[in-house]
Amino acid sequence: MNPEPAVILEQIRAAVPAARPVLLRNPGPAGQDSILLDTASAQDVFRFLKTAPGLEFDLLSNLTGTDWPEPATAHSVGVPPEIPPPPAQGFLEVVCHLYSTLRREGPLVVRMRTADRAEGAHLPTLTPVYRSAEFQEREVFDLFGVVFEGHPDLRRILMWDEFHDFPMRRDYVAPDDYEYEPTPHEAVWERAKEHYAVPDGTSETGAPAPPQSLGLADEAACEAACSPLREERDRLSPNPPASDREVTP
Amino acid sequence: MAVDPDLQETMRRAGVHVTSFEQLIDWGRSNSLWPLQFGLACCAIEMIAATMARYDMARFGAEVFRPSPRQADLMIVAGTVTKKMAPQVVRLYNQMAEPKYVIAMGACAISGGPFKEGYNVLKGIDRFVPVDIVIPGCPPRPEALLDGLMALQTKIRQEKLLGPNRARHASASIPGDVPVPIFGPHDLEPSANRAIWNPPTIPRKPDVA
Repeated sequence: MNPEPAVILEQIRAAVPAARPVLLRNPGPAGQDSILLDTASAQDVFRFLKTAPGLEFDLLSNLTGTDWPEPATAHSVGVPPEIPPPPAQGFLEVVCHLYSTLRREGPLVVRMRTADRAEGAHLPTLTPVYRSAEFQEREVFDLFGVVFEGHPDLRRILMWDEFHDFPMRRDYVAPDDYEYEPTPHEAVWERAKEHYAVPDGTSETGAPAPPQSLGLADEAACEAACSPLREERDRLSPNPPASDREVTP
Repeated sequence: MAVDPDLQETMRRAGVHVTSFEQLIDWGRSNSLWPLQFGLACCAIEMIAATMARYDMARFGAEVFRPSPRQADLMIVAGTVTKKMAPQVVRLYNQMAEPKYVIAMGACAISGGPFKEGYNVLKGIDRFVPVDIVIPGCPPRPEALLDGLMALQTKIRQEKLLGPNRARHASASIPGDVPVPIFGPHDLEPSANRAIWNPPTIPRKPDVA
């Protein structure tokens, strides 16, 4: 059974007068409407949703992030056109799924949005209300760069501490770490062209080309090491070599 | 000094085994591999299955997985190596005693597999650690691991312990340790050990733009 966000919205307005919740309609087939909270009173609203009789959303099952870049960035990184463009500023969004285990109801989708994608990427933490938010907020901080104010232990959780970027943002560019592929194609081919050596021995970027061999210092030694292996394989193989088969008259 | 294979075969038929110390030592080493007990992803499940009763890796002399790298001489890199995990895997390799061997099991350990284009997965453990045997598959079946183990045993039995072509671990001058990468702001630094990892390149014609 799914909760009715429109009804819950009115209950929030009555119980937390400072809150300015907005109902976000979902026109898609799922029809899963959600509630957008303002950051100032978000903790009070979550505490109300958790404790109020008749609501009792006691389980924060999922807390994840979404990146809504400003239209120019969205266009340059190829966000599909069917996704509606956000306001000119762009923002990061945190989506929470609340369940009520007592009333067997859920999910109630609650969202919060940051002011922008840079210095204003701050949201209040939910960890004092829902303990299960602690690691999920660390993950959203790690991958999206949302700073949760009041979080008891806001560190990176998946990437290493020295990492300097937010990989799940749409404008993240991975380090150029091209590796040889026998048949590169499409995007990999475009990247490969930068790295392929031209015949004078240097790549187009000016870096010296790696050696043409497989990197074995002494190929003769390699051959010497491999030939007993081949003999062993031929000896163990049930099919004799082709030269032996022609003996039968 | 190598044993004449014809003499060996003739004597074997007569019930006498002719061998050399080198062959004897290699035969013993190949049938007493001690794998390091660690798994990184789903390939580890197949590795565990290979050690259990149905596939029974003990038949090939590699049944006792050691929880300490000091007691192990075979590292089975079974699964996805993330960039965060890679320094620890390299450090474990350095802590293993010589002679030591590495099996890269599965697509992820070989090349990063389906995560190769991602931001957080190492594009193959051979960038940092010398790999002896690669076992393709996603994940490889236990039979494939057994086949890879037998291939490694064949390789060990062919190793020369003396002379100019002797194995790496038989030369005191060649260090067994490899440098451990450090965490950089965007990637591991260095992103590969060029001393042991040199992928082939395809020369490109100048007119192909």
